[in-house]
Amino acid sequence: MKISFSFFFIIVLGIVSPVFAQERFAAASQTAPNATQRFNPDISLNGLFAAAYFSEPENLQFGAHDPSDRGFTLQNLELTMSATVDPYFRAEGHLIFGFEEGESIVEIEEAHMTTLALPYGLQLMAGQFFTRFGRLNPQHPHAWDFVDQAIVNTLMFGGDGLRNPGVQISALLPLPFYLEILGSVQNAKGETAMSFLSSNGETFAGRPILEQAVNEAEDMLSMGRLKASFDLSETLTAVAGTSHLFASNGTGTDTATRIHGIDFFIKWKPLMTDHGWPFVSLQGEAMQRSYEAGAATLDDGTTLPRETFETEGFYIQSLYGFKRRWVAGLRYDLADATDPADPRTGDRWRLSPNLSYYPSEFSKIRLQYNYDRSDDLADPIHAVFLQYEFTIGAHAAHSF
Amino acid sequence: MKWLLLCFITILLLPSVDSWAKTIHIVTTTEDLAAIARDIGGDRVSVDFIAKGVQDPHFIDAKPSYLLKLSRADLFVEIGLGLESGWAPTLLSGARNGRIQPGSPGYVRAADGIALLEVPTGRVDRSAGDVHGEGNPHYWLDPANGKAIALNISEGLLRIDPEGKAVYAQNLKRFTERLDAALLRWDAAMKPLEGEKVVTYHNSWPYFLKRFGIKAVDYVEPKPGIPPASAHLKQLIERIRAEDVKIIIAEPYFDQKVPNFLAEQSGARLVVLPPSVSTGGGIEDYFQLFDHLIDTLTKALQPSGVR
Repeated sequence: MKISFSFFFIIVLGIVSPVFAQERFAAASQTAPNATQRFNPDISLNGLFAAAYFSEPENLQFGAHDPSDRGFTLQNLELTMSATVDPYFRAEGHLIFGFEEGESIVEIEEAHMTTLALPYGLQLMAGQFFTRFGRLNPQHPHAWDFVDQAIVNTLMFGGDGLRNPGVQISALLPLPFYLEILGSVQNAKGETAMSFLSSNGETFAGRPILEQAVNEAEDMLSMGRLKASFDLSETLTAVAGTSHLFASNGTGTDTATRIHGIDFFIKWKPLMTDHGWPFVSLQGEAMQRSYEAGAATLDDGTTLPRETFETEGFYIQSLYGFKRRWVAGLRYDLADATDPADPRTGDRWRLSPNLSYYPSEFSKIRLQYNYDRSDDLADPIHAVFLQYEFTIGAHAAHSF
Repeated sequence: MKWLLLCFITILLLPSVDSWAKTIHIVTTTEDLAAIARDIGGDRVSVDFIAKGVQDPHFIDAKPSYLLKLSRADLFVEIGLGLESGWAPTLLSGARNGRIQPGSPGYVRAADGIALLEVPTGRVDRSAGDVHGEGNPHYWLDPANGKAIALNISEGLLRIDPEGKAVYAQNLKRFTERLDAALLRWDAAMKPLEGEKVVTYHNSWPYFLKRFGIKAVDYVEPKPGIPPASAHLKQLIERIRAEDVKIIIAEPYFDQKVPNFLAEQSGARLVVLPPSVSTGGGIEDYFQLFDHLIDTLTKALQPSGVR
């Protein structure tokens, strides 16, 4: 495994070096709108807020950007900058500002550079980034179609999603249809990798997470993903993918976690649209985690055996943009655990209808209701959210 | 990890399909650009496009299949000025194609060298709606600008395919001469409409209207991209009557309810004009587009056709 790991980097170097030797044509831009804006990156600030009501003050919203208290929540304040670095790279950074127990905090959500011109349809990304697992994990909270994170994502990846420093290589295969293959290696440590090495001081299934050094390739987080897309007709497009994760976890010295996921997305949109409306989309993701937890003796003398925990869950959601500016959504979540730190907790399911109104591409108001049922609670929790969002500055292009 | 490596090695060993092909693959963002590229490239090129003529080019989904098209393109041509900013950057960066990135020989911004209208001079912010910071992007609708677009495309082709120099120069000359001749015909046909006043749905016709001396007194949208409220419509109806506006112009992809209502209430005539070449919709090239636009407009304004 160690040999193949270094081989990976040799290949990467081999691909990159000829690109730098290539001469590039420099086009003189004839119309620069504003001299002061030359060379400045695109900058935008996104504010995402919610007012929330829960039928019980104690609830099950574990997502770090989910509204989780009665009252108002700053879900995220995101500062984004992006630009072309030179003829070879694009780069972008996303800084998140928020509150944690009353204190203002800053998180480095993403900061990465991406190659623009590798041969053979290859693309390399390096820096701090969301693991490109499935559809939801790489999405920033303001791009979510619902107020809160899907239950299965919180269970598998924790409140902040799976993200860490690393490198990713992807290739667009020379086939008549779209097939992309992605592989990444990232650090497996920290609270943004809670199913893996995680952080010392946390627990999983009652076992303390140990301090871990990186001793072998397994102590790095490896991901493989295949993504395919087909245009079923001029107006109907489907995307499907499978994702696979592997790394050691923090409950022992020889314990590992595997997560597999499948995802799909289908969108219908007529050719003639009034500012992008109407449209219908259907999206779903299912994930399965196999977590080998090590044996542990707790402070009170309790001993826990070595044990493998299987956790599964999925969500399926549909959006209907029925009238210009308006989108109605419905999501169903199901998972066989409720608490992300404890896979032994009971089943949980949730139904979330919502209605979004977009005054423009730069603002959004969303009303959502959650019916949230867990085996661990006698009664369901009802929640109502009113979410509001603004973006000032540059508007990033949409991904599909 | 091992299977992953195997996959990558396989990809490295695969011959690049495109490098063997002799035809130059051009991908344009719109059908208007595709039509001109076909005229200039002739038999040396194959031309594909992303936004169909019947689609609003502001609102195109960045579908993976489009990304695939760009990954195999030798030349990429876009309108620029923010028209495609909602989707083209996603496609360009995902295409992993160094030949067509902005600044590379295979990238053509069709707007280069065109005298742009409505370039904001002072402070720009979005309280004014969807304003384009570099100027109004609908410049292909002045047929005279077709010459500059054709020149930009021929220069792009020359950069990546110098062997075709004679062919491109000849095609450019032929295109320009044909356009000059057509301009005389179109100008003559539109002469009776000089000085007319119109209301357009979106501010997408300034180049076309300026060319033929027609004035847009107002827009159905109170600000670009902002739908009208009833107070604005009421004002608009009064204005149409007061200024004797005979025509309301709307693109086919906008919701026709509001312009229809305006026409009914004000007595002006609603003329639905396609702003783009549409090979699926019977407008095969750049010349047919203006033939169609001018024919439709002049017919709508014939004495018997008004009121």
